[in-house]
Amino acid sequence: MSAVQSAHQYCTFYVAGLYLGLDVLNVQEVLRARELALVPLSPTNVEGLLNLRGQIVTAIDLRRRLGFPPRKAEDSSMFMIVRTEDGFLALVVDAVGDVIEVDESTYEPAPDTLPLSMRTVLIGVHKLPNQLLHLLDPEQTAALPAV
Amino acid sequence: MSADLQQQFVSDMLTESYEGLDRYDRAILDLEQGTADTEKLNDIFRVVHTLKGTAGCLGFHRIEKISHVGENILDALRNGTLAATPAIAAALLRLSDGLRSSLQTIASTGRDDTGPNHDVLIAELSALRNAEPHLAPIAVLVEPEVTLQEPTGVAAAAAEPATADAGWGLFDTPSPTGATPTPFAPKETSPNPVSVAQAAAPITATTVRVDVALLDKLMNLVGELVLSRNQLIQLAQSRRPRPEAVADLSQRLNLVTTELQEGVMKTRMQPIGNVWGKFSRVVRDIAHELGKSVRLETIGSETELDRTIVEAIRDPLTHIIRNSVDHGIESPEKRAQSGKPREGHILMRAYHEGGQVIIEIIDDGAGIDLARVKQKAVERGLISGEESSRLGERETINLIFLPGFSTAAQITNVSGRGVGMDVVKTNIEKIGGSVDVHSTFGQGTTLKIKIPLTLAIVPALIVRAGGERFAIPQVSLLELVRLEGTAAAVALEKVYDAPVFRLRGNLLPLVFLHRELKLPGPTTADSAINIVVLQADGRMFGLVVEEVCDTEEIVVKPLGKHLKGLPMFAGATIMGDGRVALILDAFGLAQHSRVLNEHNERARSNRGASTAAVSSTPRTSLLIFSLPGRNRLALPLEQAARLEEFTHDKIEHSGSREAVQYRGKIMPLIRLANYLGGASKSASDSATLQVIVYRRAEQTFGLVVGEIHDIIDEVLEIQSGSEAPGILGAAVLQGKITDLVDVPGLLRAAGIMESKAA
Repeated sequence: MSAVQSAHQYCTFYVAGLYLGLDVLNVQEVLRARELALVPLSPTNVEGLLNLRGQIVTAIDLRRRLGFPPRKAEDSSMFMIVRTEDGFLALVVDAVGDVIEVDESTYEPAPDTLPLSMRTVLIGVHKLPNQLLHLLDPEQTAALPAV
Repeated sequence: MSADLQQQFVSDMLTESYEGLDRYDRAILDLEQGTADTEKLNDIFRVVHTLKGTAGCLGFHRIEKISHVGENILDALRNGTLAATPAIAAALLRLSDGLRSSLQTIASTGRDDTGPNHDVLIAELSALRNAEPHLAPIAVLVEPEVTLQEPTGVAAAAAEPATADAGWGLFDTPSPTGATPTPFAPKETSPNPVSVAQAAAPITATTVRVDVALLDKLMNLVGELVLSRNQLIQLAQSRRPRPEAVADLSQRLNLVTTELQEGVMKTRMQPIGNVWGKFSRVVRDIAHELGKSVRLETIGSETELDRTIVEAIRDPLTHIIRNSVDHGIESPEKRAQSGKPREGHILMRAYHEGGQVIIEIIDDGAGIDLARVKQKAVERGLISGEESSRLGERETINLIFLPGFSTAAQITNVSGRGVGMDVVKTNIEKIGGSVDVHSTFGQGTTLKIKIPLTLAIVPALIVRAGGERFAIPQVSLLELVRLEGTAAAVALEKVYDAPVFRLRGNLLPLVFLHRELKLPGPTTADSAINIVVLQADGRMFGLVVEEVCDTEEIVVKPLGKHLKGLPMFAGATIMGDGRVALILDAFGLAQHSRVLNEHNERARSNRGASTAAVSSTPRTSLLIFSLPGRNRLALPLEQAARLEEFTHDKIEHSGSREAVQYRGKIMPLIRLANYLGGASKSASDSATLQVIVYRRAEQTFGLVVGEIHDIIDEVLEIQSGSEAPGILGAAVLQGKITDLVDVPGLLRAAGIMESKAA
């Protein structure tokens, strides 16, 4: 939560039409989508494994993680490499936006009507002039529901 | 002195002192046994002296003071003006505990005056030093064995017979005789002897000693690597690179990286003795505490292992040793009753075999009482009474690895809290090893631990199934079977619905990799069947894959936490093309496919029969091969480092001798047929040479043989000495007479090895 108060730069991206943001300090880099090694029998959220300069990184499909229907083959995708406590994680997103700076005054916590399963992942929103920027908690995004 | 410099000095002192104190402990134990010589005493005198000097310089006065007293005693000991007594040895061991705890305080707080003060110990040591004229003439008479057998506490050793009493009467300052150990225990060190090992761990874990020559070599290699990279960059920029130049460069890069890999691996290798060194102390302390008498013998302390593995086996081994002393070895009285020597014996042995390191811990104690193990397991609710009656010998022994199991009727301070063996097993399996227990009730217990040489890089077989590539570590790989054409159509049979294959007369359960992993089946109409025969937990099964690609050395990378729940994968690796491939775990795969459960019964009965027959005789793994005209020859598998195939064009000459390049080195070839006779039919009839790579010390030799047949595990009983040089004798193996090859003898006959090396 400290990130919400101190840093105001967010790396933004889209998943199934949702405008999302991650603290820029948590984002290592953005990669064009490439072929992944499939992991048989893995939890459905896990898209596969990625070779990040010799490091093996698990790719997580954010669409599935956030409860959206899976991506179709022709849909474009990008990888956001995110730093978490347990090392790097690749989030598969639809498209990557700009890094934007937002004022803390526009922040508001997520409403109580949000489904419980999402409330840990989406920690709040920034009310931007023409849309809402959903803030993701990287650690919680990385945590998978028990399978 | 700047703070940084001071910090540096302190950390150097800590590292050096911990190493020194380990040597010190061993020397004092020798002293106690009466086997210490002047040289050892000189060495440990220097250890304490250096510590005193350094501590004085850095302002650690408590350490300085206590080492000064110790130094005085050691000086007197090495000059012969003071004779070693058990009391002195015990006090000197407490000195090292005291020093360790002070060092520990320094490590955590940076000062030593916050730690324990050693006044009591100092008083005791000075008293011992001053008691010299009275003790000297008789002290030597106190035989070390007597002390060891006496069921009293550490320092209470002094409370026995008249000889020692006389000495103690002189200085009752510290405390009354019998109670001596108590005031020290809480102050100087925790009563738990393992703390000694643990205390040193954080320091030793952060630094490694590397041979300067090796470091220079690595630097050279890195230099070459940089040059190669520059060439590569140039080549990449040139518009039309010549194919030869690319090939040249890739070969050079290959060579440099291989050598670099070997070199870096060497810097990580540590002799297992680094861990064992502490055990003699552990054994001594526990034995004293329990009033037992135990001798620890170690063989193969120089066996080298990767640093991470050395660290990883430290705790499991300590557990096992403690268990052996506590539960395994009986009290001297009991031992005498059952006709054993009063002194218990624990042997720790380490050696390389087939790319793995085997560690055996053998005690001649009470062994495991199977009936009691069962009874206990039922009591604890780990198994039902009905289950217990169906368990075979091996299954019963394996019960001790269940969490929450402990047979100790009485929970002692040392062990028996039921957190022992299951933790040992998990920890060893975590690093890719396995634990095996054999026990004969009343005779003793043997624990056999197999661990990989290194965790980082392992040779593996690459296979393909369902369009994905997978790596199988060669450790679990036994053999490959390929069935083509009509053979493939009839070879697979079914027991009800479980597919099996007849492998040399035994049914091998089959597991289809693509089905297990829910991947699409083979798309091509290729009717050939590839079976990879794997071994998991002592059981064999065949893994059917689409394609067997190649063997490769792979770098093991751990999987993220999301995939931890998949036991059939041991990790992942990156292939030559940059893609990721998963590493299969034979054990996990067997469990997932239920091979391990379904066939338990059968494996158990087989094993039951075989262990019953030979439970007391050790089995030897032997490699069976032939030469043209000599059908059955064998050599111990532990002597064969690897089996290789070379084509004839790989053979070069060095002097008059044939040799091949092998892993960047020259390996002389020895054609066994030339020395062992046999038919004159030349080996060049076949397209490739079958070579057994034999390693002795640093040198490798290639033994050219005709054909390699099998690897068997049998009781070796050499029946007749043969006159022929190079043959040790003959034995009946697999029902046939087989000659055993004496490789060192052969090498001598070939003039490769001087006889002194034998």
